Amino acid sequence: MNPVYRKRLWRHRFGIALSVGAMAIGLLVLAWILLTLVIKGASALGPAIFTEMTPAPGSEGGGLLNPIVGSLLLVGAATLISTPIGILAGIYLAEYGEESWLAQVTRFVTDIMLSAPSIVIGLFVYAVYVANVKHFSGWAGTFAISLIAIPVVVRTTDNMLKLVPNSLREAAFSLGAPRWKVAMMVRLRAVKAGVVTGVLLAVARISGETAPLLFTALNNQFFSADMNKPLANLPVVIFQFAMSPYDDWRALAWGGALLITFSVLGLNVLSRTLFSQKVPN
Amino acid sequence: MNYQNAQTTSKATLEIANLNFFYGSFQGLKNINLNIYEKKVTAFIGPSGCGKSTLLRTLNRMYDLYPGQRAEGSISYHGRNILDGAQDVNMLRAKVGMVFQKPTPFPMSIYENIAFGVRLYEKLSKGEMDERVEWALKKAALWTEVKDKLNKSGLSLSGGQQQRLCIARGVAVKPDVLLLDEPTSALDPISTVKIEELIAELKEDYTIAIVTHNMQQAARCSDYTAYMYLGELVEFGETDQIFMNPVKRETQDYITGRFG
Repeated sequence: MNPVYRKRLWRHRFGIALSVGAMAIGLLVLAWILLTLVIKGASALGPAIFTEMTPAPGSEGGGLLNPIVGSLLLVGAATLISTPIGILAGIYLAEYGEESWLAQVTRFVTDIMLSAPSIVIGLFVYAVYVANVKHFSGWAGTFAISLIAIPVVVRTTDNMLKLVPNSLREAAFSLGAPRWKVAMMVRLRAVKAGVVTGVLLAVARISGETAPLLFTALNNQFFSADMNKPLANLPVVIFQFAMSPYDDWRALAWGGALLITFSVLGLNVLSRTLFSQKVPN
Repeated sequence: MNYQNAQTTSKATLEIANLNFFYGSFQGLKNINLNIYEKKVTAFIGPSGCGKSTLLRTLNRMYDLYPGQRAEGSISYHGRNILDGAQDVNMLRAKVGMVFQKPTPFPMSIYENIAFGVRLYEKLSKGEMDERVEWALKKAALWTEVKDKLNKSGLSLSGGQQQRLCIARGVAVKPDVLLLDEPTSALDPISTVKIEELIAELKEDYTIAIVTHNMQQAARCSDYTAYMYLGELVEFGETDQIFMNPVKRETQDYITGRFG
């Protein structure tokens, strides 16, 4: 065999072996996490987790009804707030990003917000909102996690819109369409699936956030859907229950963790399938 | 040289005078003077980078989208200089339509692709809109192929069909002028023939300016031809005269394939 070719072949095999190894480590850790979650959390899963309230320590039964409802309220409200803001800001960046300084500053700040530690955002909302109204509340939690979701949506919308070929924009302009119509009806529409993916990823991101909720929504051991009061939510309940000395609380914490993980996994799979369906030409 | 030696009986739709165009500090067009005649096909030929597409893009002010690009001089349309800052570019583009090199169907149904442009300037009832869509698709010789799938995505069509859809979309808003920027360079020969036949029919109603890399195409489907080189208009005249008996040596060299 040609020695140059043989050397290349061995280099190729070495490279492939490294990549497979790296992938195996990643998958192994993921599988380990999922497996541990399923083993420890499965026993807590049952109809009761969705129908009963968080129990007092040592009492029989109990579930996660109040934190599940609270989390749905928080994440739902934050999604409703951050989706329009994020998409509109993303459109602004993609349309005017190269020409205006305001857009450049916005993009810079968005990048910082994307990597800001979430506990800082929690403290910020505590300082400007909770400390002023003098009580924890669902709205404060919504505010905090919206601040985390908005930059994610802005970024993906901006990136997606930039994938739209310029010729498509020019074609819309060439019919005499005003700029906003070109942006909304043609450009945004061309990457609808990608933008929805961005929103789903943002939802996945905020549904597991704990730190910003500790200082804002706090927790509530009773059932409440009042956004002006402290609101139970899965991440904070998991945090408190997992640190407790009570076996039934710790089991519920595992169950909650399993629930969040699979919801997030489901969202990710959903966004992947959405995105693989349509990419602009 | 006399650019106006084309013996013409038709009147000019667009009169380009002393047109200079700049990409930042680079001058893309140098002192262009020519007329684009009503209901005729004017072809722009020349090697890559000669400014033919640039010239086309001044006619609907497409360059306005890009900061740093500017045009000086005048392009007179219905007695008004469209390069004037007071010109409403959206109104201009509704009258001077454009079809691009690559087909650019919008991400919506075939029907909506055509209705999109119409809705910008007209309020039509459902029935009137249906008629307009059918009329435009017939004009673009696409109706029989798509009449049963108007609700299908425009992206589901073949490349040649997509390009005819784009022509239908441009025609549907009832412009005066159609600008075609290498409309067949991304298409197969059969689709190309269809588009060329279409151009011959469309010039009954519209003034057409076409940029093409294909000299045979210019010879086949245009009434006037402009040969450009390095941002300058080398020669302009009736297509037969340019191809059979060019005045300039450079034109002759390009057309006979000795250069370009």
